[in-house]
Amino acid sequence: MASLPKPEELVKIDYNPPRRGWMDNPVEFRRGTWLYAAKPRHLEALGLPNPREWSPEEEDWKLPPEWREIVLEGFKERLERFRSLKLFMDICSRCGACADKCHFFIGTGDPRNMPVLRAELLRSIYRRYFTLSGRMTGKLVGARDLTEEVIKEWFYYFYQCTECRRCSLFCPFGIDTAEITMMGRELLGLLGIYPDWIIAPVANCYRVGNHVGIEPHAFRDMVDFCVDEIENVTGIRVEPTFNRKGAEILFIAPSGDVFADPGIYTFMGYLMLFHEIGLDYTLSTYASEGGNFGLFTSHEVMKRLNAKMYDEARRLGVKWILGGECGHMWRVIHQYMDTMNGPADSLEEPVSPLTGTKFENARSTKMVHICEFTADLIRHGKIQLDPSRNDVFKVTFHDSCNPARAMGFFEEPRYILRKVCNRFYEMPENTIREQTFCCGSGGGLNADENMEMRMRGGFPRANAVGYVREKYGVNLLACICAIDRAVLPALMDYWVPGVGVAGLHELVGNALVMKGEAERTTTLRGEPLKGSGDDENT
Amino acid sequence: MVTVKLHNFLSGKKDAIINKWYEGVLKTYPAEAARFLREEKDRFANPVGYALYEGMKGIYEELLRGLEPDRVDPWLDRIIRIQAVQEFRPSQAVAFVFLLKQVVREELAAAAAERELPWGELLEFEARVDELAGLAFDGYMKCREELFAIRIKEIKNRTSRLLQRANLGVTIFE
Ligand code: SF4
Ligand code: SF4
Repeated sequence: MASLPKPEELVKIDYNPPRRGWMDNPVEFRRGTWLYAAKPRHLEALGLPNPREWSPEEEDWKLPPEWREIVLEGFKERLERFRSLKLFMDICSRCGACADKCHFFIGTGDPRNMPVLRAELLRSIYRRYFTLSGRMTGKLVGARDLTEEVIKEWFYYFYQCTECRRCSLFCPFGIDTAEITMMGRELLGLLGIYPDWIIAPVANCYRVGNHVGIEPHAFRDMVDFCVDEIENVTGIRVEPTFNRKGAEILFIAPSGDVFADPGIYTFMGYLMLFHEIGLDYTLSTYASEGGNFGLFTSHEVMKRLNAKMYDEARRLGVKWILGGECGHMWRVIHQYMDTMNGPADSLEEPVSPLTGTKFENARSTKMVHICEFTADLIRHGKIQLDPSRNDVFKVTFHDSCNPARAMGFFEEPRYILRKVCNRFYEMPENTIREQTFCCGSGGGLNADENMEMRMRGGFPRANAVGYVREKYGVNLLACICAIDRAVLPALMDYWVPGVGVAGLHELVGNALVMKGEAERTTTLRGEPLKGSGDDENT
Repeated sequence: MVTVKLHNFLSGKKDAIINKWYEGVLKTYPAEAARFLREEKDRFANPVGYALYEGMKGIYEELLRGLEPDRVDPWLDRIIRIQAVQEFRPSQAVAFVFLLKQVVREELAAAAAERELPWGELLEFEARVDELAGLAFDGYMKCREELFAIRIKEIKNRTSRLLQRANLGVTIFE
């Protein structure tokens, strides 16, 4: 029997991946796992360095001749500027508590996706050039030379981190690998190394005001589509206004809600709600994007894009800003806006005109999350809801990383969900709330050329959804993030087919009883309500 | 000379064989990942390990019952769906099936000692494993095709309203 060729010989599997240390293993750019390079015109539009045609697949990344000095100088500057970075570089005890907490490690099995090793990509260079021991003894203390291979590795792995911060939850020192990733991306940016998926929206947003670069008239058209569809379903014509000076509130949603499926249904929900309560609000065709891909680019870009919201609020003379269901927009507002562009003294401390509730948490930023706003309306009995209109759904809720981990926003969405639908089932404890698993496509990774990588990273999330589908027949995954709404349908289609994705305010829109409305026979998506057709889907 | 009854043997040794088979599959992952896949028992913290193990258990049971594609496919899918998006070439993604042959041969050889091996049954069993590999490849292709279709669907969804608007004769693409 021993003479038979073994199966692994037959298929020539290499069961023993190279035994060299991870630091010596060059990255292989396999299609489906990485993001396309930024087009030179986008870098030019933003005044970013080294615009050129290049591709990660090619050997030559066309780095500027003095690339090493640029990176080291940039690193030094950031170590001085951000105390957290210096601290994170120094204090990791390699305890390993974070190692298996990253959805990319869990889904890929690639050790360099362990947060501790992701950080080590940067730390090894830090040791080599900025610590005495590293300069003297090199590899012995985990230091290594900065080579082009290292740059490529950074690109590969810092764009395999969704900056979700799940790992930081488990670190005894609170080391935030997302911040390390951001620094790594900034350093790459100094060489003009950006993914197109991130930099194109940034350029568009800067130029036109939203990610896709929709011009104001097109933006209005798209909102009008929603208005028509609302009328089809409810018989009521809502009348949003645009750039209206003197409105009390400026409403800003992620632009994906205006033109992408299934975000548009969430947008319809917002408009219906505002109409029903008679809110004095306006939309802006200039600040038509809540999202801020600057967060995935650099602090400077994030600041520039964020400033637009305040500028527009000031120009229109509104009292405060109401923000839609977005993920990273809230991370920026909650963690950075106040120090970057705040305090927004020209605006007033937000007060709900319906309930009189003061949103004290927004005293400084002057920006209120729509879920807080709606939950407050419900609590004060200001809107009437018929949850049975969502009876076609068995719903579970995905805590989007940013509102959950960056804002501690757990109860408001659940409170609303329980009021607008009758059948709500939680996923297992260790996959929700602060321990929530990322969609696998945040942090600017929601392109399509890296679909394979997204499926790997999203698997832990999908797996938990699969569990509640088996157990309770869940058929809808609700969330409060536009990137989630864009990417989770793909994740569900691959791993848990039959589960749809909806924003919370889509469900609010379905349940909202509007004065003078026609009898509802369908959901906002035009699907029959339970009882009026076939509803047997589990 | 007494012959080992293969079916009895495979049933009796079920756990040992599955565990060994699983170990073989774990070896296709880097050591750090293999350790995690093996040791983390929470099915939500370690969905890959859980799916691989459950899938292999299911497949094994189905092999013992004969091989009904309809029944075995869902189990195969658990594994193949993962490997179809991981860092495996197609041949590698289905190779785990062949590993089972080797595990069974080794176990059988160890258990048989002086007794005659059930050659006829073994050949039959191995033919079934080969068939399984074919099904695994079908599954692999299905997953890859789904992946591409999903990619296209997402691109459309992303700008569904813009497309709708464009159909009205207004071109806003650059
Ligand atoms: S921030 Fe999220 S994606 Fe990045 S290393 Fe930590 S767990 Fe992984
Ligand atoms: S948990 Fe914190 S200290 Fe421990 S290895 Fe991870 S980053 Fe380092």
